[in-house]
Amino acid sequence: MTTGKYTTVSIPKSLYNRIKKLVEETGFKSVSDYVTYVLREVVAMHESEKYEEPFGEKDLEEIKKRLKALGYI
Amino acid sequence: MVSRPHGGRLVVRVASENRRERVLASAAEYIQLKIGLREAYDVENIGYGVYSPLDGFMVSEDLEHVLLDMRLSSDIPWTIPIIVSVTQEEKTFDVGDEVLLVYDGHPLAVMQVEDIYSYDKKLYVEKVFKTSDPSHPGVYNVLREMGEYLVGGRIELVDTVPNPYSKYYLRPIETRVLFRERGWRTVVGFQTRNAPHMGHEYVQKTALSFVDGIFINPVIGRKKKGDFKDEVILEAYTELMRNYYPRDTAVLSIVRYEMRYAGPREAIHHAIMRKNFGCTHFIVGRDHAGVGGFYGPYEAQEIFKEFPDLGVTPVFFREFFYCRKCGGIVHEKICPHGEEHRIRFSGTYVRNAIKKREDIPPYIIRPEVARVLLSHPDPFV
Repeated sequence: MTTGKYTTVSIPKSLYNRIKKLVEETGFKSVSDYVTYVLREVVAMHESEKYEEPFGEKDLEEIKKRLKALGYI
Repeated sequence: MVSRPHGGRLVVRVASENRRERVLASAAEYIQLKIGLREAYDVENIGYGVYSPLDGFMVSEDLEHVLLDMRLSSDIPWTIPIIVSVTQEEKTFDVGDEVLLVYDGHPLAVMQVEDIYSYDKKLYVEKVFKTSDPSHPGVYNVLREMGEYLVGGRIELVDTVPNPYSKYYLRPIETRVLFRERGWRTVVGFQTRNAPHMGHEYVQKTALSFVDGIFINPVIGRKKKGDFKDEVILEAYTELMRNYYPRDTAVLSIVRYEMRYAGPREAIHHAIMRKNFGCTHFIVGRDHAGVGGFYGPYEAQEIFKEFPDLGVTPVFFREFFYCRKCGGIVHEKICPHGEEHRIRFSGTYVRNAIKKREDIPPYIIRPEVARVLLSHPDPFV
């Protein structure tokens, strides 16, 4: 059981058929399952390129001070 | 760069010093909601970003997605409900109110109530624990101890539960700086609730061979009777690492958290927590986060296939053992010898030997670690 909350996107029929053939040889239940899996992987990869550490120079100095005091650095 | 926080942003929900003082000074004027230790640790983990991207307790839409899809409503992977429950009698507030979450007389956080909702306990336990058998401790907790309503909303941390091991405690923002200072780009996380034996050490060092550093992250929280006490585990690890790990390749730091014993789902949750600390990899062993015979020995490894977007790489291990014929610590992929040659690492064996003050062979446990365990007159909970 899932939340069942889905929407529709369009892909070329030829690609659909290609995936359908591929899916038959894998553990995926449907073309939609396969496309969802692949898209999640690709989206996560693109998202991971956009990240900056959540601390500025001032935070950094304070954190380093604590790490030093605790013997970590 | 170490791992990007889960959901893309490290959440910090800690009140400013002024706000904290104001809240604590006027604590008596707030509607107060008493919470248990589990929720108190959850509050801390939300506040410091261990549970990023969560910024509060789950509202009904997120819970529904977590139960049915193992994802938040934003599609981000999430497998364990992070919730606070109330009984009918405790439901003395409404959506829009600010409630003070209090543990054992300590005000911990202000919660903006965004949702108050009922839930289906049977569906909850069947989805999270894959059983409704009340002999499962997680199921028991939901069916017998949780209230009939859940309250969702953002929190703002004003204090934490007193921590006797604060010198071992690092927040995700601190581990991220630490890993950067050490020049680690790849970090493997190791979760533990036990004193280390040679099986643990081999798993850790095998994983460490492929990455820059290891983050050994014992869970500190309520334990079962007969488990090693938290201070014993920490002392044992400190001694192990001092003697057998290069200083610049390993970090020991605790996380305060109560186990749910949800097996596969909890393995994903453990990986997410370590990702937020900055880990790029996470070790998943045999029957990870399992209890009794509720889960298959490698079910907690198989579930990772369902999350191509988890953002942390699981490192799977089967069981290590000592083989008399190989003359070393091995696992079934590299040892051709029969069961008669194999000595399994058993926590029960170690505990019994310590109780009886017996010597433990050095291929089971390091002598330095054994000395720590034996130095405590009563090392068990």
